[in-house]
Amino acid sequence: MFYREAGDFKTSYGADNQTFPIKFDRYRYYAVLAIAYLVIPFIINDYWANALFVPFLIYAIAAIGLNILVGYGGQVSLGTGGFMAVGAYAAYKLMTAFPDVSIMIHVILAGGITAIVGVLFGLPSLRIKGFYLAVATLAAQFFLVWLFNKVPWFYNYSASGQINAPERTVFGVLVTGPNTEAWAKYLICLVFVTAAGIIARNLTRGSVGRKWMAIRDMDIAAEIIGVNPLTAKLSAFAVSSFFIGVSGALFFAVYLGAVEVGEAFGINKSFLVLFMVIIGGLGSIFGSFAGAAFLVLLPVALKIVGVDVLGWPTDIVSHLQLVIVGALIVIFLIAEPHGLAQLWRVAKEKLRLWPFPY
Amino acid sequence: MGADFYYTIEVILNGLMAGVLYALVALGFVLIFKASGIFNYAQGVMALFAALTLVGIMEGQVPFSHLINAVFGTQIHDFGWHIPALLAIILTMVVMVGFAWLVQKYIFRHLVGQEPIILFMATIGLAYFLEGVGDLMWGSDIKTLDVGLPQGASLWIEENTAFLGGDDFYGFFIDQLDVVAAIVAAILVAVLVIFSQYTKQGRAMRAVADDHQAALSVGISLNFIWVLVWSLAGFVALVAGIMWGAKSGVQFSLSLIALKALPVLMLGGFTSIPGAIVGGLIIGVGEKLFEYSVGPMIGGATENWFAYVLALLFLVFRPQGLFGEKIIERV
Repeated sequence: MFYREAGDFKTSYGADNQTFPIKFDRYRYYAVLAIAYLVIPFIINDYWANALFVPFLIYAIAAIGLNILVGYGGQVSLGTGGFMAVGAYAAYKLMTAFPDVSIMIHVILAGGITAIVGVLFGLPSLRIKGFYLAVATLAAQFFLVWLFNKVPWFYNYSASGQINAPERTVFGVLVTGPNTEAWAKYLICLVFVTAAGIIARNLTRGSVGRKWMAIRDMDIAAEIIGVNPLTAKLSAFAVSSFFIGVSGALFFAVYLGAVEVGEAFGINKSFLVLFMVIIGGLGSIFGSFAGAAFLVLLPVALKIVGVDVLGWPTDIVSHLQLVIVGALIVIFLIAEPHGLAQLWRVAKEKLRLWPFPY
Repeated sequence: MGADFYYTIEVILNGLMAGVLYALVALGFVLIFKASGIFNYAQGVMALFAALTLVGIMEGQVPFSHLINAVFGTQIHDFGWHIPALLAIILTMVVMVGFAWLVQKYIFRHLVGQEPIILFMATIGLAYFLEGVGDLMWGSDIKTLDVGLPQGASLWIEENTAFLGGDDFYGFFIDQLDVVAAIVAAILVAVLVIFSQYTKQGRAMRAVADDHQAALSVGISLNFIWVLVWSLAGFVALVAGIMWGAKSGVQFSLSLIALKALPVLMLGGFTSIPGAIVGGLIIGVGEKLFEYSVGPMIGGATENWFAYVLALLFLVFRPQGLFGEKIIERV
């Protein structure tokens, strides 16, 4: 009834090409943005920000980045944690070296540095494919974490080996450091998420994204019809690493504040983001958000049910959490290998015909 | 010959021993990958689970006792008996076969024909699941595993090689357990080769590895073969779990050896049993030598990444690994 394109005539190419061609979708998108920018900042408190919203937003950026590489580019990567660490340490070095420059610029530059590192570790993808490449990206993961652990220059020779985010402001509002207000943390992440979502969405439906998808579907065939595998694969690595670097920088500067590299950016982080992408749906920007939301919510929900409602010891709940997360992943893969995004697509198809399906 | 030379040899020998242990884990990967195209990330956790189960059975622990106590408020811990090692190993093997059957019936039968990345993710989910179940069943504290394997440095080797290097050299320091592990690994490989070459089931296994549909059409049951292969991988995991568990205690870090086995596989090729062995030895020697020679100059702990970087550089020149099948691609 509401969700249909019948009678919604487009009179220009621009209107025909817009991201949300269906009116209902478009208004929903504006409504979500309006709630995110105008309602949530006023009602958010520390618990909601730290437990749900900020990690969700940051992981959403990382998931978008990885989805570009895995879902659109077809290059499986297990180095996400390492690349997030590059973003975090780049942001840290920039913040301490140039204290007067705005942190927004630092975060973007950190993404740029990560993109360069990502291209470097993406070079083998021109020779290696499939699982061999996945394992090869583990080299990035372990080497980068080791590097940030062992070379004191990266953590400014601090005694603990940790990096701590200094206090920085945007338009006079504190956004990093321990005294940051919840809404400021939330808003700065939200700005980056919105930008990341719009950029990624438009990249993936333009010529660049089509080249990535051609390479993903069959690289030899793509090469024969004129897609340059060198630029396509490396640009996928660059764009993906850029987003992952931005998310790493925010993860360190805004969310955690203090980071020990092996703990915050270990191999588990790589798997976590990969799970988000798979559960959300490969090759879907919406899926990246859905996957991030799902895997951020799940442990919080399990902890509330297990510890607060049932009163079990925390170690049992954390083990149960492993069991449930593992089982859910397997069940998801069996029931819907294309992830939450596919469920959403099916729901939309149903909605278009509702309430007269015939 | 100076003492340095002999120390280098000692490092190489120790590297070979470590390599054998990596190869043991890698073997399990190769078995499953060849027969079903599944890249089984859970292999390391299977080793952990097998070792935990073995310790639990030997000491007569009640499974899930921690959980039961928490839910029902009871105070149960163990049955109060001790089971001899050999019987416990057999019982553990039964558990691993049951596990293989369950995995096949409830997970991978439903995923036949999916893309390899989906199968891989499913095994990661399985790894999480199994790790949680293992911790819930037997508790997450560090356990010692004692099945009567010799421990500590071999004095015999040390005394009989001390004369080689002059006054500064006290003989090769080699752990007896590592020697046992090397022998066990050699026997295991021999048994696996004999099994796959000369028995009916082994032949069927190789047929499935060659071509699923052709194997089906001559009447081989794919389900049976897959359960068999997962059981074999469970057996290899058990052996690896015993060796690693006896070496450094049964604890969570045991499951991380799966990650160490990955570069071994890349070097040797995912589909080659000899490749797994040779790759393991190269990685073991390579990382020990690198740590010994270059490590002190750049801050140590290079073992964390050296294997991966070595495998990465190697693959750039030979994308299918040492013994992997040549990759032929057509449009």
